[in-house]
Amino acid sequence: MSHVSAVVRPPLVTGGKSYHDITEDVCRQVEGKPTTSWKIVFAISSLVLAVGTVSVFWTWWDGLGNWGLNKTVGWAWDITNFVWWVGIGHAGTLISAILLLFRQKWRTSVNRAAEAMTIFAVICAASFILMHAGRAWLAYWCIPIPNTYGSLWVNFNSPLVWDVFAISTYFSVSCLFWYAGLIPDLATIRDRAKSKVSKYIYGLLSMGWNGNTKTWARYEYVSLILAGISTPLVLSVHTIVSFDFATSVIPGWHTTIFPPYFVAGAIFSGFAMVNNLLLIVRWTFKLQDYITIEHIETMNKIITVTGSIVGIAYITEFFIAAYSGVSYEQYAFINRATGPYWWAYWAMMTCNVVTPQLFWIRSIRRSITWTFALAVVVNIGMWFERFVIIVTSLHRDYIPSSWAMFSPTLIDIGDYVFTFGLFFVLFLLFAKYLPVINMAEVKAVMKSSSERFPYKVKPSSKKPGQHVTE
Amino acid sequence: MENTTKRYWRGIEELRNDPEFVKNAHREFADSSDITDGGGTYRRDFLKMLGFGVAAVSLAACEAPVRKVIPYLNKPSDVEPGIANWYASTYVDGGDYSAILVKTREGRPIKIEGNPNSSVSQGGTGTRVQASVLSLYDNEKLKEAQKGGKKIEWEALDKEVVAALASARNVRIVSNTILSPTTKAVIETFKAKYPSTVHVSYDPNSAYGLTQVHGGQLPAFDFSKAKVIVSLDADFLGSWISPDEFSKQWAVGRRLSSAKNGNKQMSRHYDFSTLMTLTASNADYRGRVKPSQSGLVASTLLRLVGGSASTADVKIEFLEKAAKDLKAAAPGTTLVVSGSNDPNVQTVVAEINKVLGNYGTTIAGTSNYKQGDDAAFNTFVNELKGGQVDAVIFYGANPVYDSPRGKEIADALSRAKVSVSFADRADETAALCQYVAPDSHFLESWGDAEPKPGFYSIIQPTISTIFSTRQAQSSLLTWAGQNADYYEFLTKYWAANILKTGSKEAWNKALYEGVFEPGKGTTPAAPVATTDLLTALGKISGTYKASSTVIEFMPYEKVSMGTGSQANNPWLQECPDPISKATWDNYAAISQKTADKLGVAQNDMVTLEIAGKEAIELPVLIQPGQTVDTVGIAIGYGRQKAGKAADGVGKNIYPWINSAGAEIKVTPTGKTYKWGIAQTQTHNTVMARESVVQETVLAQYQENVKAGRFQPKIATSEGSKSPGDISLWNGHEKQNHSWGMVIDLNLCTGCGSCVVSCQAENNVPVVGRKEVVMRREMHWIRIDRYYSSVQPTEDEGVFQELKTLESAAENPEVVFQPMLCQHCSNAPCETVCPVLATTHSNEGLNQMTYNRCIGTRYCANNCPYKVRRFNWFKYFDEDRFPYHFNNDLGKMVINPEVTVRSRGVMEKCSFCVQRIQATKLAAKKERRRPYANEVQVACSQSCPTGAIVFGDMNNPESNISQLLAVEKEGRAFTMLEEINVLPQISYLTKVRNKDFADSVAPNKKELGHGEGHEHKQVKEHA
Repeated sequence: MSHVSAVVRPPLVTGGKSYHDITEDVCRQVEGKPTTSWKIVFAISSLVLAVGTVSVFWTWWDGLGNWGLNKTVGWAWDITNFVWWVGIGHAGTLISAILLLFRQKWRTSVNRAAEAMTIFAVICAASFILMHAGRAWLAYWCIPIPNTYGSLWVNFNSPLVWDVFAISTYFSVSCLFWYAGLIPDLATIRDRAKSKVSKYIYGLLSMGWNGNTKTWARYEYVSLILAGISTPLVLSVHTIVSFDFATSVIPGWHTTIFPPYFVAGAIFSGFAMVNNLLLIVRWTFKLQDYITIEHIETMNKIITVTGSIVGIAYITEFFIAAYSGVSYEQYAFINRATGPYWWAYWAMMTCNVVTPQLFWIRSIRRSITWTFALAVVVNIGMWFERFVIIVTSLHRDYIPSSWAMFSPTLIDIGDYVFTFGLFFVLFLLFAKYLPVINMAEVKAVMKSSSERFPYKVKPSSKKPGQHVTE
Repeated sequence: MENTTKRYWRGIEELRNDPEFVKNAHREFADSSDITDGGGTYRRDFLKMLGFGVAAVSLAACEAPVRKVIPYLNKPSDVEPGIANWYASTYVDGGDYSAILVKTREGRPIKIEGNPNSSVSQGGTGTRVQASVLSLYDNEKLKEAQKGGKKIEWEALDKEVVAALASARNVRIVSNTILSPTTKAVIETFKAKYPSTVHVSYDPNSAYGLTQVHGGQLPAFDFSKAKVIVSLDADFLGSWISPDEFSKQWAVGRRLSSAKNGNKQMSRHYDFSTLMTLTASNADYRGRVKPSQSGLVASTLLRLVGGSASTADVKIEFLEKAAKDLKAAAPGTTLVVSGSNDPNVQTVVAEINKVLGNYGTTIAGTSNYKQGDDAAFNTFVNELKGGQVDAVIFYGANPVYDSPRGKEIADALSRAKVSVSFADRADETAALCQYVAPDSHFLESWGDAEPKPGFYSIIQPTISTIFSTRQAQSSLLTWAGQNADYYEFLTKYWAANILKTGSKEAWNKALYEGVFEPGKGTTPAAPVATTDLLTALGKISGTYKASSTVIEFMPYEKVSMGTGSQANNPWLQECPDPISKATWDNYAAISQKTADKLGVAQNDMVTLEIAGKEAIELPVLIQPGQTVDTVGIAIGYGRQKAGKAADGVGKNIYPWINSAGAEIKVTPTGKTYKWGIAQTQTHNTVMARESVVQETVLAQYQENVKAGRFQPKIATSEGSKSPGDISLWNGHEKQNHSWGMVIDLNLCTGCGSCVVSCQAENNVPVVGRKEVVMRREMHWIRIDRYYSSVQPTEDEGVFQELKTLESAAENPEVVFQPMLCQHCSNAPCETVCPVLATTHSNEGLNQMTYNRCIGTRYCANNCPYKVRRFNWFKYFDEDRFPYHFNNDLGKMVINPEVTVRSRGVMEKCSFCVQRIQATKLAAKKERRRPYANEVQVACSQSCPTGAIVFGDMNNPESNISQLLAVEKEGRAFTMLEEINVLPQISYLTKVRNKDFADSVAPNKKELGHGEGHEHKQVKEHA
């Protein structure tokens, strides 16, 4: 191994783990029976999903009139939720792709879960794309497929079509990346599997991984190539999502700052969500040695940076509105801060700009409780950011006669709850049946970073046939 | 050959006829006990059920239920499927009159337009006229004659009624105003048979005071000749006497032209009223008057114009100015009208007009719109209560509901030995009558009308009676023992008395044209006002007060709902009030000051009490411009037995209608109105947005035709440019046609006729109160109404300034702006649709392809004008929207040329593309270009003031091209010019006829336009 690491750098995995310990620690939950706590959480999530499904079903069956939308505010919670979920997904890709390219080794402990989160978040986001369409059953018309309607194509001018391309590309690349990374670990589980069924299923999933050098080399190439492909996606997806607004004529939407601002916001909320999820996983699966305080602190630093970028963007928007001399633009921003939805604006400002600054204090950014709480706050703030952009811009645009208020209905809430149910059910299934930490890659970073390696190597722990994991 | 069929036995048992076997012989399996044991379901039944279930489920999954189209077996000679037939007819509802053309498709009337042949209504139609076609298809109408709420055959009914009438001492026919001379002749015939008959007419919103003063005649007014108009609580543009006709006349004096030699003179309109009526909102100067002051306003005005030395005096803003203008104008070029029902006030007003020389010029001849005689009606009610009336027949009248003594009539009606109503439904009065002999709808009837002496028009049926109804005239003739054929009676009467010739051709010509106007061209004699002025002045100073501190009541009639006779028409219920923009309700309108005093806010419920009357509970609506310490409540609501759409909507205040000016006690109940009042617009002011509404005053306009225009310029490296000169877009070529519209803000009164007309033409669904509260009304054209703001003071910061701008001024100026799809050439909606469901035509139309729409609503969000409407639910078919669209009868009004939109798709104004296409097709078949003004869209056609001009901007001969040629460098502007969406619709600036000194329009304060936007606005603040 030719990795060069600064000697002073703290170890990435603590607790003096051996290679085998890693395998054991990670595989424990995959191989064992579901724990009671998992069962309880899973039951609650399934219940939430069930309730949400009823709500979604009713939305589709009865019509979008069940939402609180009106002639003036044509999008509200639907697109707010969509952008919010897509944004959350960004952290996964950033961790797996950009941090890989930057050789940030600490990412290995968190990338698996983060990538899973990406995929599930994108699924949740996609459900809102479908849900928000008045005739969702025809939503496939947004895809340029050959058809019998003469030669009827999509409107390539429309940012919604760009969205379709961006999100679908993003989803497929993320799935591929995640799955490619899973293969060595799946093979480990296959090799350790006792029951025939597990052996068969994990065998099928690991696609005949044999762990020889050539396979590993290809694994590395594929990872690098996918990281290369994903890196622009991290930037492009939310840029394109921001185009939904930026290319419009609505004051408050028509803003050139949106692409970088949205990307920063996405990473911001994504890291917050990763923090939330990892803190839970770390605690329930006892992975404190892999997901260390260092990890959490690093992520909190990124949250602080992106939160500050977002804060600057908010202030820049105001400045540009004032500087532009466009009265509509000025009104849109004054209305955000002082209009009927002032509370949403100030909720956003507080949660996104003010509270993350607490992470400048070392003890706070290393505190599990603070981290968890502030991550939740960040995600609340980021939800409000989208709500502020969408609803407060629309509800008072050019023609005062059409100014209107939006208030959510129970079904609005139910549909949002649905995605929470879906997200957590998927995540819990992932956490139970797939290795939540990338064993192979964590093992790769131990040698250079783990302080007590190699003293605790126990050659005896190497079982016959378990040749793939080292 | 008998019985050659061989017999086979299934076994020896059958041959032996074993009783056990015979019992079970019909069974397929000899012993079925083992397969039926333990379960009631047979295998075959299970399979059947399974098969049926699968079939049913798959059938139910099919997208649309099958509806059969049945072709004509024998085609009627004048009905071509797919081609509309037009018939001239007349809309009459009590004293409401409009000569109309009726469009029928395959025998169904589907649309009403004004008949331009009429010199009375001049092709104008109001909301109720437009909506009346839907009343024809009202599912709540009676389907046959009724006795005591049960069906009765017509023959039986006739027999019983005739028998009862034969022995009746005092027969009374109670009606609203009857405009039909022939119907009156029928009543005379009836009277001849039953000599005790007295015909009593009353009007729900009476003008008895006015007719009393003019010898029982209603004078005819001509606003077109008036240079100075003063209205004293007379909402002549909205609801007073004949608003559609008056709007047309009023518009004559308001039409300006920016051409070099164009007309730059306008009539000046003063309004002194309690409520912010349509007339008040269109006036140049308005003063607020409490009902208790109104008499003194008239007498003061009389003194000021030099008509009397009366000392009675009242201080009202602009009153002296009005008097000065009246005096300054040439004699006979002014008009003062009063809506008061107090004969003393009308006497004074008549005197003012006399002093000003208006009799014979602006008041010329008489009209027949209001023939109600309140005194006769009161006598009738007293007689009915006294049991002196044996038989009463209600014709086109519902006095239990719409008269102040409704309750007394309801209680006393049982004292009449026989009571009959001709109502089309079991309404409040009819439900209490013994018999209901339902009259046919006017679109199913023959008839005539004489709105003014010498001006006749004919009602002809456009559909045969849908239900077993019979024209009231036929019923009366039958009971009079005459030939029941009213058509024959009508033609004979016309031949003898109107056409004065028996020639079939003359009748056919009148029928074809719809009108017959021998009175045209003759100068009618001026009506004579007869009452003693001094007595009147004395009474006025006794009754009215120069000032009062109590809260006073003022009833009014809503522009669209009128007196409530068509209350069950959902189009009218959902047509927003032009001023308050409220639908589906009446309410207690009060000013902000009064609300503050009472400690109530909008939508708070209050109990309202007038001494001696039953209290009612209504929600509060804050009405800018309303006189402080008054409560305005609309009549026409609170129906009990009109049908699903009307029943329980609002409260009935007819019992209070004569209590204008009475002290009203307002007590907050502490409750708020569930969901709130359904308003289509909730923001009152235009927020100083100069490129939305542009206005000026006449004095400025006369100096500069571009006065009031906002012309944004954008700074570029090559100097400042108009937004249209710098564009990212290549534009659309419009080589053939370029359809466009010009809307004159100066002529638009805001009446809402276009809204209903569009709704009828384009199958726009009715969504109901709750959906309107949710801000989801579907109208393709709306009329934005802005009040001028409270003027921000100089030292307010920008934040406070914007807040200040949100509040309407206490006595605001009002501007109306019809708003519909602007058909932008750089349409923001078109670029964002992912599936190309909205695209641009090469004729300048922004087209909506419903089939392609997937309902992302992105287009609606990106529409700067917010004119796109989304089908949140399946509005046209669901039971929770129980209006005309969800029953088969109501669906007959659907225009087959326009798609009915389903759930989940976007819709918007199409510029009546079906009409454009039909015209183009007709022209193509005749191998010619469409004529210059051949295409008329629904809104422009119905506009009573001609404020909307539609046409082909590529055709230099079209009205729109000629208008724009003049106004492009004058009053024409496009909304939101700075975002360069290039609308096909131009607006003409609103010009108020105000003095230079009053030229600072309060909502024109500059706000935050930086260097990028240079103004070239003419602003010479005097």
